[in-house]
Amino acid sequence: MRSDLTQTAAVAPVESKRAAVSPNQSGPARPIVFSLLALITVLVVAPLIGSTHVDLSRALQGVSPDHEILFYARLPRVILAALSGAALAITGVLFQCLLRDPLAEPYTLGVSSGASVGAVIAICLGFQAGGLASLAGAGSVLFLVLGIAWEGRRVSSFTLLLAGVTMNSMCFAIILFLHNLANFSQSFAISRWLMGGIDAVEYSTLAWLAAAVVPVSILLSMRAKQWNLMAVGEEWASSRGISTNVYTTAGYVAGALLTGLATALTGPIGFVGLIVPHALRLRLGADHRVLLPCSVLLGGAFLALCDTLSRTVLAPTEIPVGVITALCGGPFFIWLLRSKRRSLWM
Amino acid sequence: MSFRAEHLAYEYGLADASFTLPESGFVAIAGPNGAGKSTLIGILAGVRRGYRGSCLYESRELRAWDRAAFARNVAFLPQAVRLEFPFTVEQVVLMGRTPFGGGWFDTQEDVEAAEEAMATTDIAVFRDRDFRSLSGGERQRVLLASALAQKPKVLLLDEPATFLDLRHAMAMQALLSKLAREGMLVVAVTHDLNLALRHAHQVLLLDQGRVIADGAPEDVLGPQSIEAIFGVDAVLQNGYLRFGERAGV
Repeated sequence: MRSDLTQTAAVAPVESKRAAVSPNQSGPARPIVFSLLALITVLVVAPLIGSTHVDLSRALQGVSPDHEILFYARLPRVILAALSGAALAITGVLFQCLLRDPLAEPYTLGVSSGASVGAVIAICLGFQAGGLASLAGAGSVLFLVLGIAWEGRRVSSFTLLLAGVTMNSMCFAIILFLHNLANFSQSFAISRWLMGGIDAVEYSTLAWLAAAVVPVSILLSMRAKQWNLMAVGEEWASSRGISTNVYTTAGYVAGALLTGLATALTGPIGFVGLIVPHALRLRLGADHRVLLPCSVLLGGAFLALCDTLSRTVLAPTEIPVGVITALCGGPFFIWLLRSKRRSLWM
Repeated sequence: MSFRAEHLAYEYGLADASFTLPESGFVAIAGPNGAGKSTLIGILAGVRRGYRGSCLYESRELRAWDRAAFARNVAFLPQAVRLEFPFTVEQVVLMGRTPFGGGWFDTQEDVEAAEEAMATTDIAVFRDRDFRSLSGGERQRVLLASALAQKPKVLLLDEPATFLDLRHAMAMQALLSKLAREGMLVVAVTHDLNLALRHAHQVLLLDQGRVIADGAPEDVLGPQSIEAIFGVDAVLQNGYLRFGERAGV
């Protein structure tokens, strides 16, 4: 018997093989450039939109109030939205990859619930430094969850998932308890925090956030091929030369850091970290070389856009941005799901 | 000599295994369910590093190998791979190239190795399809291509023919035999004792975590040892083993 697997391949013409290449295989550069352009467009246009008309030339000349509105009310807000959206979206990609679970999201590990507990405690005790308190809460939960899932030299993803779910429930119990004790104005502040929202913050705060989000995103994206292997499985990655312990631990710490920072400044904003990664995967495939940078850029653009809608649609009343992300992102995602299902992607 | 194991044991599955494997050829690992075959091949593949005893590859303890350098020598084909995400066939094959630099872009060498591996396993026609949309047998060939893209000296396989139809199982065996003839060491866990008997140069017979027999297939796979380990009577006829004749199965 002489049935080598090569026979059939030798018959097939080599030229025709490339013809079937779908557009998203044409290289990672095009979607990344497109995403970058989309983000830049949003960053430029979003600050110019709002309930009050702003004259750009007057704002640039420093004429009040155009200057103040543009540079101290709107621009910091747009930048904060972009950085938070970027942090949440890339963390979503990362956690889905590490947990091999398409339903994982930045809040899965309970880090943002920890941030909420910190913020709620600060509100109840009358602390001014709510941001620092929520950072402390996020950090404590991260250490707890990692400690629980630590098995000698490695982190168990399965234990981590369950520890995160448990931590989420416990944090919400604490929040309910504190909410119950709070007076009327504290109760209002707690509700507002839990809705999530983007407010204008100091440029120095934005610089700190950017100093975390930008380098971490770049470092993660540079290791995209390794994340591809991790997304298949630890045994798969390990037999192809990856130190899975290092990547697992680094991935969780990086994701928790980004989520903790973003949540401390904006409160929990749902949907971005779940939907942006999925939408991009449906359109662009699973390659993390495309997925990671595009999720940063388009996650940022998406949240900045949603925040612009939240402050303009019913101006001067603001709609919580979480409402916008869910109501705009949801139907779009369902459409994406329906249109792709027939071609066996899901 | 490529691998050399002495009193190799693992927390589950493997109790005591000592053996040496040659530089090239086809080695079959056989034994009943729960004998420790998959555990053993996982240790040889370097993915189970917490073993006890000693296991050397090219005179160096497996634990001491740099993972990427080891992966340029030894490729592993697991029993099954379950993917949650829409990687294409070509992307899965190219993953085998990560030990070679692992940079952001695929090098010309990476692309050529992947093309060659896809041609060898006859999967180039569905290179752009979602891995998850393939049948079990097609997936197995993609995984084999990914392992071959590693250009390994040693290919470890855990029941490679599990999901293959008759034609592709024979084609797979022909390919493995060819690779072994051309100087590769192919080590496969298999339940097909006739395949081991006909194609293997060496058979490791495992039972309850121990190496019961190690040697040429005609010596190891005698009717007596098969009866002792599998509890099934066997007779050798025209170079083929026939099972369960006496029991009337």
